[in-house]
Order: sequence, then C-alpha cells, then structure tokens
Amino acid sequence: MSTRYFGQPIKRNEDPRLLVGQATFTDDVHLPGMLHAAFVRSNYAHATIKQIDTQAARAMPGVVAIFTAEDLGDYWKPGPLLVPPPPVKHLVFNPRMQVPLAKHKICHAGEAFAVVLAETRYQAEDAAEQVFLEVEMLPAVVDIETALAPEAPLIHAGLAQNLNAHVVQEKGDYARARRQADVVIERKFYYDRGTAAAMENRGIVVNWDRRDQELTIWDTTQAPIAIRNGLAAMLGLSEQQVRVIAPFIGGGFGPKIMMFYPEEVVLPWAAIKLNRPIKWIEDRQENFYATTQERGQVHSAEIALTRKGKVLGIKDLFIHDAGAYAPYGLTVALNSQCTLLGQYDVPNYYSEFHSVFTNKPIVTPYRGAGRQHGVFVMERLLDVAARELGIDRVEIRKRNLITPNKFPYNNEIIYQDFAPLVYDSGNYLPALERAAAMIDYDRFLREEQPRLRAEGKRVGLGIVTYVEGTGIGPYEGARVTVEASGRVSVATGIGTQGQGHYTSFAQIVAEQLGVDVRNVRVVTGDTAQFYWGAGTFASRGAVVAGNAVHAAAVAVRNKILKFASEELDADESELELVDGSVRIADAPLRSIRLGELAQRANPLRGAVKPGTEPGLEATDYFGPERGATASGVHAMIVEVDPETMMIEIKRYVVVHDCGSVINPMILEGQIHGGVAQGIGNAFYEQLVFDPNGQLMNASFMDYLLPTSDTVPHIETDHVETPSPLNPLGIKGAGEAGAIPVGPLFAQALEDALNIPGLEIREIPLSPSRLYELVSQLEP
Amino acid sequence: MKPAPFRYVAPTTINDAVRQIAEFGYDAKILAGGQSLIPTMNFRLAQPQVLIDLNGVGELAFLETSPAGGLRIGAMTRQRTIERSALVAKNAPLLHATMPHIAHVQIRNRGTVGGSLAHADPAAELPAVMVALAARFKLRSVRGERWVPADQFYLDLFTTALEPDELIFEIEVPPPPPRTGWSIQELARRRGDYALVGLAATVQLDETGRCSNARLIYLSVGAGPTPAPAAAAMLLGKTPDAALTLEAARAAAHQDIEPMADIHATAAYRRQLVAVLGQRALREAFARAKESS
Repeated sequence: MSTRYFGQPIKRNEDPRLLVGQATFTDDVHLPGMLHAAFVRSNYAHATIKQIDTQAARAMPGVVAIFTAEDLGDYWKPGPLLVPPPPVKHLVFNPRMQVPLAKHKICHAGEAFAVVLAETRYQAEDAAEQVFLEVEMLPAVVDIETALAPEAPLIHAGLAQNLNAHVVQEKGDYARARRQADVVIERKFYYDRGTAAAMENRGIVVNWDRRDQELTIWDTTQAPIAIRNGLAAMLGLSEQQVRVIAPFIGGGFGPKIMMFYPEEVVLPWAAIKLNRPIKWIEDRQENFYATTQERGQVHSAEIALTRKGKVLGIKDLFIHDAGAYAPYGLTVALNSQCTLLGQYDVPNYYSEFHSVFTNKPIVTPYRGAGRQHGVFVMERLLDVAARELGIDRVEIRKRNLITPNKFPYNNEIIYQDFAPLVYDSGNYLPALERAAAMIDYDRFLREEQPRLRAEGKRVGLGIVTYVEGTGIGPYEGARVTVEASGRVSVATGIGTQGQGHYTSFAQIVAEQLGVDVRNVRVVTGDTAQFYWGAGTFASRGAVVAGNAVHAAAVAVRNKILKFASEELDADESELELVDGSVRIADAPLRSIRLGELAQRANPLRGAVKPGTEPGLEATDYFGPERGATASGVHAMIVEVDPETMMIEIKRYVVVHDCGSVINPMILEGQIHGGVAQGIGNAFYEQLVFDPNGQLMNASFMDYLLPTSDTVPHIETDHVETPSPLNPLGIKGAGEAGAIPVGPLFAQALEDALNIPGLEIREIPLSPSRLYELVSQLEP
Repeated sequence: MKPAPFRYVAPTTINDAVRQIAEFGYDAKILAGGQSLIPTMNFRLAQPQVLIDLNGVGELAFLETSPAGGLRIGAMTRQRTIERSALVAKNAPLLHATMPHIAHVQIRNRGTVGGSLAHADPAAELPAVMVALAARFKLRSVRGERWVPADQFYLDLFTTALEPDELIFEIEVPPPPPRTGWSIQELARRRGDYALVGLAATVQLDETGRCSNARLIYLSVGAGPTPAPAAAAMLLGKTPDAALTLEAARAAAHQDIEPMADIHATAAYRRQLVAVLGQRALREAFARAKESS
C-alpha cells in the first residue's frame, strides 16, 4: 500500500521560510532608483472639489512629481464593474465605480485626490502635507436607513436617489404561508461595519523596463491575472508585456480581491511616465479608509411558523450599505439574501433589498461577505420563535433541517454566481447532534447552568448553524511538471494569502504521483508562471484550483504510466507510483525514478514518435457547474459579569462539513482564524463614523481586534459529506469560521444574562452596549 | 505614518539635558520611552522641531530605597524594571501590582516611569497611583530643582506643573504607613488596552479599626488623576463594612465623578464601572489594611 498524502495533517511546506522571515513580501522588493509614493487623501467625506494646489508641495525636498486627476488625461476612467448583476427580473442596478484620483467630487473620507512621488516615503509624506484641497463641503450620507429619504444629499451625478440596486427574489408564496401560519414574528436587526485588518496592508511595487518594454508589478492582490489583463488593456500594452506577481501576502480576506484600487491604476502609469520604479506600501491609517470594508445592513424580517415550530416562510426586507462606490456589484447583498435560509427547509421566501450609496469607504466582500447577516437574521428569528413557542432551541432547528434525501436542494433563487441556489449535498443533523454532544448541551442546561445560577454566576450557552456557498466558478487551471531531478513543480494562477496552498496543492499532486510533499514546489500568483485564472475568493482556492491541480496531476500520472509501461515492458495496470518511482507492484525491484523517466521523456538527441509531447507535464483546468455548499455548527459557553458586562468564553465548539478534507491541520487553522475574526466582529470591532462621515477610530488603539486573550481554545470536529460537483469532493472552508459568530454571541449572552425581555438584535456588541440594552429594560 | 522632519539631540548628562531643554523650550519634545510620543509623531499629531533623547542619560535611571524607607525612582527607570523589582514589591506593593495593567510587556520594556508621569494621559495608571501613594516629584531645570507633590502636579488634560525648561528627575514614594491597604482595579476591553475606568485606592485604619485615611484616585474618567473626595469623606471615622464600601462607591459614582462618553463606553456605563470598581477596590484595600494590623 502506498503512502497517503491527501487528507493527512502534513506540516506546511511554506512555514520554514515564513517563520525565519525569509519569504518575499511586496515590501521586501527593493529596486535601484525606486521612488516612493504617498497618496494625498481627503479629510472630508462629501465635497465638491474647487481646486487642488500642488505648488508648495512641488518645491519640497526630494519631490519628483505630483499628479492629480487632470494629469492622467484620457487614462482617467472609473474602474470596471467587476461583477455584473444577476439575471433577476425587475432588478434595478445603478453601477458607480471608483476613480483613480478624485476629479470633481470627494465621495468618502480618505479618497485620494493626488499622489506625490519622492525619493523617500518621508519626503513624500512631508510634501503631501503641503498639497491643499479647496472644496465646497456637502452634507454627508452616513445612516443607511435615511440614505434614500427625499431630503438625503445626492452622492452621484445622474441618480435621483442614492440607490445602487433594488432586488426582489421569491420562492413559493410567502403571503399565503403567512395566512396559514399559527405564529408570525417580526423583528428588526442591525449589523454594523468592520474592516478585515489583514496583518499586511496593501502594497505595490512597479518596475518599467524601458529597454525590454516590460512592466513588472508586485501587488498584494488576490487576483494577479485579472490585474495583468486589466492593466495591459488600460496601458495599451500586450498582456505578455505585463507581469504581475502576488508574492507572499499577509492575509487577504476579500478586500484584496477588489480591483482596481486607485493605487493599482495610478502607479503603473506613473512608473512608465517617470521611467522610475515606484513603491507604495499602504500604512495602517490609510488601510482604514482606502481598503474596502464591509457589513452595514439593516433587516426588517418576519418568520411564519406552525405551532409546532415548522417554518412556513420568511420575509426579509433589508438595506445594504454599498459605501461610496460599488465596483463589486451585488455580491455581498446577494450572499445575505441567499445564505439566510441556511440549513433549513423553508418553502416560502420573500426577500427584497435596497443597496444604497453612502459617504463611507467602499464595500466589497470581506470573509463571510454578507453571509453573516443572513445567518444572523435566520438564527435570531428561530431563537425568538423557540422562546415564544416554548420549544427547545436545538429542537426547533432539528424540526426544520433539510433532510439528506432532499439533496440536491433547490432554493429557487439566484446566487452570486448567477446560477440557481442549489445546495449540492449536506448532512446537517449529525453535525448539529455532534456539536450538542460536544458542548454537553443537555447536561449543561439541566444541571450545570442551574447550579451556576444558584452560585450567582451568569453563564449561558449558544448553538447555531449556517451554510456557506463556496467554490464558485468560473474556473482555474494548473500545470504539473515532473523535473529531471525528480522534483515536481506546480503552477496555478490564483494568489495565496496564507491559506497553505504550497502544501495542500502539493498533497493533491503527491497523492497522484507518489512523491514526498516536500519535493513538490508550488508557485501561485505569478502571471509569468501561469497565464489563466480568476483569483482567490469565495472560498474557492481549494475547490477550484485544487481540482485543477488534481486534473493536471492525474494527466501527468497517466503520462507516467503510459511511458513507464513501455520502458518497463509491463501493463499499465501492473504499475504503481511509490516513493518517487514508478514500479511493477508485484516486482518492486523493476522500477524507474520519476526524474529518470522525465529525462527519458525529454531526450536531447535521437527521435521520438510523431505526436509525442515532451516531458512529464500536463496543464488542465477545472470549472464547477456551480458552487458547493459547506455547512457547520458553532456552539459556545460564555460567562458574563453582570456588573461590568465583561465576558469570558468558557468553551467554543465547531463542527464543520467542508466535504473531503485535504489537510485537517490547515483546515483547523482556517477555522480558528475565522472564529477569531468572527469574535472580533461580534464583540470587539466596529468602525464608528460620525454624522459627517468621519471615521472615529482609524487606529488599532481604538479599533479593537481580537487578541490572544480574547480568543478561546477552539474544539473542532468534522462531518465529511463530499461534494458531487468536483472529483475531489471538496467544499470551501475559508469563511466558515467567521460566519455564525454573531448570532452565537447573541443567543449565548441572552442565555447567560437570563433577563426577561432581553433580546439582542444587533452586532457588534460590547460591554457598554450590553449594559445599555439591559438598562433600557428596567423601568 | 512617517514623522515630520525633526532635529535629534542626545545628551548624556543631566546637566546637558536641562541645558538643551532650556535652549529649545516649546520647540522641543523630550523622548523617554517613546511609547506615546513616537506614535503621535508618526500620526503627525505632534511635530516637534527638536527631539531631546534622554535614553543616554544614565543619571536618570535608578531605583533604590529612600531614606524614609520608601522608594527613590529615577525618571528614566523602565516600567519593566519596576515590575520585576523585589524592592518595589516590598516598599510600594500598590505600584508593583499596577505594572501588569500597563499596556503590554513590550511597551513596558521601553516605557519609563517618568515618561508616563510627564505625559499625563488621563487613562494612564501611573499618575493615579502616584497620587494615591502621595508620591512627590523632583523637577530639574537649569534654574535648579524643586519638589512637587503628585496631587499638585496634574493640572489638566496632558498638562502638568512642568515648566517648559523642566524635566522630572526623580520620583519619591513614601513608605506605606502602618495599617494601610491598597487596591488597583481597572477594566479594559482587552488585556493591555487603556482602561475604560480604573482606580488606585489606599486606605488606612486607626488602632480601633476605623478608617483614618482614604484615597480613591480614578483614571479614564476626567482630565487627569481624578479623586473621589465625597467617597473618601464618607469613609473617615467609620468601621468599614460591606454597606459602607457600597455607599462610598456610589458616592464616588454619583457625587465625585462625572464621566464622559466616547466610542467605547457611554457615560452611564462608565458611572456604573466607577461604582463597581470603587466597591471592589475598597473591599480589597480594607481587607489588606486589616491583615496588616
């Protein structure tokens, strides 16, 4: 029996380099003669530009050039619409995209209106302080509930309202379900903004080689190929003249899939114009304004049920904060709409949303990407229903789960990939039961909680479920090559931001070729290494690129078997690939090293059969028919100090189903990181804007990320329901950890505080906000 | 987030330091541990013309028993040194117990006692603790030296009794009187954050077990270290019990302190914390005082 690589907790190939600080990140790229850029950003959130005075700044030491929108000439264009609206009837969609540098109007605080290029970043920032913006101030649109009011200031020319989109999607007949229901519960829910706060901010280094007429860009993007294609078109270059390298990246989480950021448009143009390399590294303060954010929504929802707790229908009207521009189309709001129904068999659904423009930084997907909101609404409605109907909260969920015989399960509405929302597979009950068993649900409620309450302690339990649409198309590709040394190289077009692709993709290849994972070198994110691809987003890296790697590896395996059967004079079915060799299973001494075989497949002299491809190499692609639906359950026990409302998480359990697991250790890491971000989102992080659209907490002093003492030990377990949509049976896992943490906190804190009438309908929370909510209940 | 240009001077003696401070006056900022100043400069909120770096002035870093049996602390003594000092644990246990509440180890490795005291951040622990301990500061300039009691040092938000040509040279902490107890309480969102509310309390009992002295010095609720005189007055002459500490803590919350709202906490929540932490502090401080009697 040969060694298994797929599914093993193999240590990561990339870690030695990362741990000793020897990996290349964008800021590690230093080029001779490199200039440094500082963008000049607006302090106002909403204003008409009267004049930009760069005269004093131009005279500052070290300044080489200062550009404004006027200098860009015809190159100045709003960015592309990345995701067109889905084919939904009567859909209203008003695209408005970000511009390279603000020309006529400022639409959010931090929007750049000029760029300074100087010999050092210090000098660039000194000069940036001397660029003066003269404006006519306009009142800002901040509150999303009043953004469409007749008296609201208008943000974009040509629109009579700050309306980005209006979408209605329906399944069944909610009105009829409501008439038939025993109980209808209506509630309003709030979910506020946060930021991904990747450890590494964005950064770009551009080099224009005038002799070779080649442009090289190191960019912290999740989509290097799309950046190359777009920039080549914008700059009038051939795609072959542009190389985009997304090196090691310290976290993506979605905002780095956004394109084109103004800096990505302006700096390549400037590097060519000045014929000098340029570096720009976003600083943390800029990141709070200039990198996209997410999460403002307000939902007015109702649930119709029978007395026994069977859900007959859901109605949800919500407003989505698009921010100042909406280059990413409707992805986030559609995810909210399409994730709300979760693991439940809901026959009737009416969902309507308005996406509105505001004078706040741009909203694009950030880990979870709207799924949080839907899950929050659904799980909270079920909690309220359980309480009102006197049904146990796990029991009401069990009564509504989609049963395994119903897959593929069609929710009939259109998902972000424009395909009908069909869950490919799932097995929800065992995961819920497993999580309940792990958290000791029955015993905690029956014995432990009463005992703790008698001691005066406020300890509560939460348990919630979710689904995650993952692994959407269109496609990815990969090339697998066995080298003469016996080492294997793999190239794919997606970028990597810490997900462990250098190991998980190597495992997929090792599984097919019988080589040590450490001998498989993976390259991601370099357009010179692989030409085609879409990018890393929507928890699709492992699903889509992983299956492309698999397809290419299988093709190479087939080449190896075919060639080796000739060389070893044996039938292909007699061969096995083990320890870097191909051998006859029944006569293992008759073997050839793969490197030797690769060399023979690439002869320097002599003749080959007509039609022979050289070497042991294959390129293949994978595009799923639609996304694979992962799922899971989170449960926790939390203690609250009722005097101070400070919390302590006693236990945290995740039971997760992402189909076949490539590397359980990497998967655990993904879940841990997601839970940490979810905890931040639920109880610590909140971007606070004042009525003028000013961000009040643009630093890590006041924007509270979860820290090692706020993230508990996380106990994980898995249910494996392989997806039928791809050969490896994989579903994505990138976002799962972060998605259900809001409703989990709400439920557990209500349970802990045990105060009649306390109902938590908002995220994020804080001790101060909890105190306020409790105080409001008291007469 | 790069600072504006500045001139950097690095004196190596206290005499050079005060001479340079006198020379540059308001144009200069004094660099001690840099844990507040450097971020402020990187945000360009502070743009001093001159940075006078005291890190090379060895005369400013010392820690020893004072003649009275308390502590003498040089202004440039690192916070981490205080934290790890057995002498401090013995002679000023309140100060010692406070140290882990100050930011993170990495910050305490650089941060200095004098730097924090002179910076006068209303959320900082050390100013409140020094007032609670009735410490005094020796200020030095080219004009000479003078002593200022801690409770007279803090004038307003980030404003102290330091003249533009002065620096803190030494902090003198008196030894704990007999039958005293103390407590440091604070609540922060995450470990190491600025406190939402905190206080340092010291109490003393007389031979009959009645409270003869009490100081409750709050932080993060005003312009600087904020005393609670009504609460203290309520305790004087009485035998502390649960009812009394509760009453005093409520007096602190409703008579003494007028907390402000910010993005982290409403005023009402802060007021609640003033009462809760006040009560916890008094309970602990009186228990310690009884133990030491």
